This record gives sequence, structure tokens and C-alpha cells, in this order.
Amino acid sequence: MQEPITSLRAGTSAQVIALLGPGSSFQRKLRTMGIREGVRLKVVAVHPFAGPLVVEISGRQITLGRGIARKIMVKVED
Amino acid sequence: MKRIVLMGNPNIGKSVVFSRLTGAEVITSNYPGTTVDFTRGRARLQGEQVEIIDAPGTYSLQPTNRAEEVALEVLGWGELVINVVDATNLERNLFLTMELLEKKKPLIMVLNMWDEADRSGIAIDVKRLEEHLRVPVVATVALTGEGIAELVSRLGEAQPLLERETLSEEKKWVEIGRITRDVQKVTHKHPTLWSSLSEATIKPFTGTPVALTVILATFWTVRLIGEGLIAHLFEPLFELYRPLAMKISAELGPGMLHDLLIGRIIDGNIDYVQSMGLLTTGIYVPLGMVLPYIVGFYLALALLEDSGYLPRLATLSDNLFHRLGMHGHAIVPLFLGLGCNVPGALSTRNLETRKQRFIAATLLGLAVPCTAKSAMIFGVLGSYGQGYVFLVFATLALVYLAAGLVLNKAVRGESPEIFLEIPPYRRPGFMVILKKTWMRVRWFLAEAIPFLFLGVLLVNVLYTVGFMEWIARIFSPFMEWWLAIPGEAVVALLVGFFRKDLAVGMLLPLGLEAGQMVVATTVLSLYFPCVATFAVMVKELGVMDTLRSAAVMAMTALMVGGAMRWALIR
Repeated sequence: MQEPITSLRAGTSAQVIALLGPGSSFQRKLRTMGIREGVRLKVVAVHPFAGPLVVEISGRQITLGRGIARKIMVKVED
Repeated sequence: MKRIVLMGNPNIGKSVVFSRLTGAEVITSNYPGTTVDFTRGRARLQGEQVEIIDAPGTYSLQPTNRAEEVALEVLGWGELVINVVDATNLERNLFLTMELLEKKKPLIMVLNMWDEADRSGIAIDVKRLEEHLRVPVVATVALTGEGIAELVSRLGEAQPLLERETLSEEKKWVEIGRITRDVQKVTHKHPTLWSSLSEATIKPFTGTPVALTVILATFWTVRLIGEGLIAHLFEPLFELYRPLAMKISAELGPGMLHDLLIGRIIDGNIDYVQSMGLLTTGIYVPLGMVLPYIVGFYLALALLEDSGYLPRLATLSDNLFHRLGMHGHAIVPLFLGLGCNVPGALSTRNLETRKQRFIAATLLGLAVPCTAKSAMIFGVLGSYGQGYVFLVFATLALVYLAAGLVLNKAVRGESPEIFLEIPPYRRPGFMVILKKTWMRVRWFLAEAIPFLFLGVLLVNVLYTVGFMEWIARIFSPFMEWWLAIPGEAVVALLVGFFRKDLAVGMLLPLGLEAGQMVVATTVLSLYFPCVATFAVMVKELGVMDTLRSAAVMAMTALMVGGAMRWALIR
């Protein structure tokens, strides 16, 4: 099942399925930061009160605002 | 002279490679028409004098912000490109490399942070990578200088390759995937102490107490450095200068020029804080009172940056700043502003949009007391009791939050969300930290000191010709009614328009009640920042936005002052 990464809890691993959102430059930015279709990531921290998310991709952590994170569709892995 | 451009993603130690290549003679310049800085320096490499330019970090050559636009522009100036790549993150970094190769300029690749890659179980076959990319590749550890000599000796091997095909974005990622699989071997390692620490310091419940501790420790260190420098360096220097200043004073004799340059002689001597002359207070406040703390703040900032803690702090504080119309990076202007509003205002240029910069600069001038303002608050209210001092600082903090919430709603424009990479923790290099701090202090001296100096001159002239008293008389009845403080205090408030320090000197002898003094001090702090900060704001925001910002400050000061008057004065 495909869902935005914002609905995951901290500690969950998932695979990126699709990037939504405006225009190719926004998506290119995500891709060059390592968030690409097919990569595996782990949610490290979810800051409360609609704060940012921290995800880990191949050992590197990235902080994402909630609005950006909402555009990243993932499939949860066990 | 040959020009070499350093290109690479942000936060990969590119500036450290730059430091290693260049000598002490480096200049940070502002790209014309933008608020983006880049650094250039000279070096003698293999007997040839070259200019080296450190472009702003970028993830691709299709710019998404001003810094990346400047990077692209700077790239055009170079005859040779050094592409600095993070060895711990090869795949992602290769995207920029692929784009750079299509520019058909001679290119040499630096695989930096080789030691860190090794520690995290990443092995890269440099020879094979060279074969794939058909450019020289050098592994380095810029922090220790390892590999830099090899880089210099192999610069000549970089040759332009003309028959290179242009790939679409999708094909680039495919190609990058193919190369990475071929040259890189990753052995899984158990999480190290550092990576567990990294997780703990970025999670909200464990990270927040750590952040508060780090902030407190930082302020304590800054204070220690500032006080140490004042006691052991700046005070003795100004005492050496005193006989000369007294001699100038005697030579000038009484008159307007004396008032302007030396100011008042108090008890037969120059009082550096209260004399108010251009050559006395005019140089003592920026150099003797503010600069020592600036050194401390810049040193602390360099440590926070190079240890890798700053992005974590930005993440943890994003929740707050996001609501105020900025994002986590706005902690830098706030932090520097507590030392001096001038570097604070200068650092607002690191925020992306006009809205963010406007809010950050306005809140800074409004509610972030610099070293000199804080000293004023303590100086005036200390004798009434520490509770009153606390009351003023608490009010300032509340105003910061409230004004931010309002401005976020009221100011039009974009406020992009936080989106940043968290680098691993690193041990900062001692020399790199010192060099960075020195470069910034020198920059502060060049950018801010002329404004501070001109500000004192301008205000002195306005006082001498009686302009300030005239303004004060016009506004005095309204303020007396609105704030319920006596006429002389109102004059002090208005005189303090640009000179808070002078206003304090006028408030103290009036023998005000505690409540009146709190109102006066709070209004005096909220009111405008100093002339130098204004000058920087005009530079960073433009004239119109600075005027808007000043209007917000004046309105807020009157509203808060009026509210406090009802709460504190019967």
C-alpha cells in the first residue's frame, strides 16, 4: 500500500514509490538529496506539533519539513 | 592568471579543501546583485600563481535558489574545475559530477572524507572510478591535509574531454547506479557510538535537553571569551590610548570640534562609555565592548558548524521558527544578534526568501538585545532588583514570539520549509576553526565598523545642532500621556532613538519608580536597534522594507509600553 511518509512512525523502514509535487525542479532537489524512487529509507524522528521529519537514507540523515515530506509516497517494509 | 573553481555539494568539507590549497590571503565577496557569498584566494601551485574560487555548494547545475545560480555563474569563470565529492556518499554526489563533465572543462575529482568512508565500511576503487569517468581522482582527508599534495601534483593531468555525450536526467541516474555498483563496496558495520549519538541528539525527547545544554554552555563560553579579551587585551589597549586622546583633547580646546571628536570630559578625564566623542566612545563601544563578544560568538558558531551540531539544532528549533514564518536556520541570526545585531542582520542573508529575511531582521532589531543593550538593562535596573531585569528580558522574549506569529500571518511571500542534510559528527580542525573565525571577524571589521563609526558621527552632529531635542519636544506630550513617565524621561527615550547608551545616562539621575523604569527600559530596548544595524538592514532588505520594519518596531514598542504602563504604574 502506498502512503505519504508523514503517516509513518519513527523507526519504520520504507521504500520510496513516487514523488509528488510541483514541477521537475522540486523533484530534482529531492533526488539529488538522495530521495529517489526505489531507495530504502528509515524514519528516524518525527517532531511533534507538525514539526519536521528526519529520515535516514544509506546512513545519512535528512531533515524535511512536513509539507515536503507529504509529497513523498512510500511503501512500508517489515 | 589561471582560475580554478571548487565545485561540490554543500557540507562536504569543500571549504576545508579550499583552506588547504590557499594561503592566508583569502577574501569573501558578495556576488553582485545577490546576497550570496563566495570565497576566493590565491595560491602558488607547482610554481604557477593561480586564483582559486570556492563556489557556493550546490546539488546540481540547474539552480533552485540564488546560491546555486551563483555557483553556476562562478563555474563559468574557471579554466579548471576541482569537483569535491563526499566519499561517504558517492552515488548522490555523482549527479553533480555528471553535469560538470558535460561542461567539457578540465576536471579533477577529489574524494574527500576518505577516512570517514573507511570508518563507515565504504571502500571505493579509485582506479576504476577514474576509468569510468575518464578524469583523475584523488582521495583526500582535507582536515588532516592527507592527499592534498597529490591533488596539487596531478592538477596538470586534468584535460578536457571533447567527445562526451549528454545524458538525460533519468539516464544519468541509471549511469550513476551502474558506476556506483561497480566501484563501491559497502561492508555493514555495527552502529558506532557516534551514530547512536547522532540519532539521540535529533529526536525530540532526547535532543531537546541536549540542545538546551549546548546553548547554555555556548553562552557561558562566549561570555568567558568576551570578558577575558576585554580584561587582558582591549582594556589595556585603551589605557595605552588614553594619554593620546587626552592630548588631542587639550590641543583642541573647548568648542564644537571638541564635542564632536572627544565629547565631555568627566571629572577631568575621558570616560570611554559616557564621553560620547567620535574618538572616545565612538571607537570604544564597537572595539572595546562589542568586538570581544563578536570574537566569542563567531568562534562558537564555527565550532557548532564544523562539529556538525548546527543542522541538528536547526532541526530541533524548526518547530518554533516555522511558526514564526522562518525555519530552523533562523537560529543563527538570533544567536549572533545576542552578541551584536550587526552580524545578526548580516546573517539573515542565509535565509532563502524575502519574507524570511524581513521577519528575521525585524524580530532581531525589535526583541534581540545585543551585548550593549543587555548591559544597559542590567545597568539601569540592577539597583532596583534582579526581578525587574528578568521582567524586561521575559517581555522581550514574549514580544519575539508574538511579533513573529503576527508577522508570519501579515507578511506576504513564500517561506520554504526546512530541507537539509544532517552531516555526521566530526571533530573540528583547530586551525580551520581559527581561520574561519579570523576571516569572519575581519569581515565584521570591514563591513560593520565604518557604519558604527558613521552612525556615531551622524548622531553627534544631530545632537550638536539641537535636532534631537527639537524632535523630543514635539513627541513628549503624547509619550508622557501614553506611558505615564515624567517629561525628562520621555526626552531620554526619544534621545535614545539612536543612542541607547546616552539615554541610560539620562534616565539614571531622574530617580524614577521601579515600574516607570521598567517601562522606560523596555520601550528603549524594543524601539529601534542602533544606526549600524539600520545601515545593514538597508543593505540586506532595501530601503522600503527597512522602513516597514522600522514602523513595525515603533508600533510594537508603543503598544507593549502602553500595556506595561497599565500593568505596572498606577
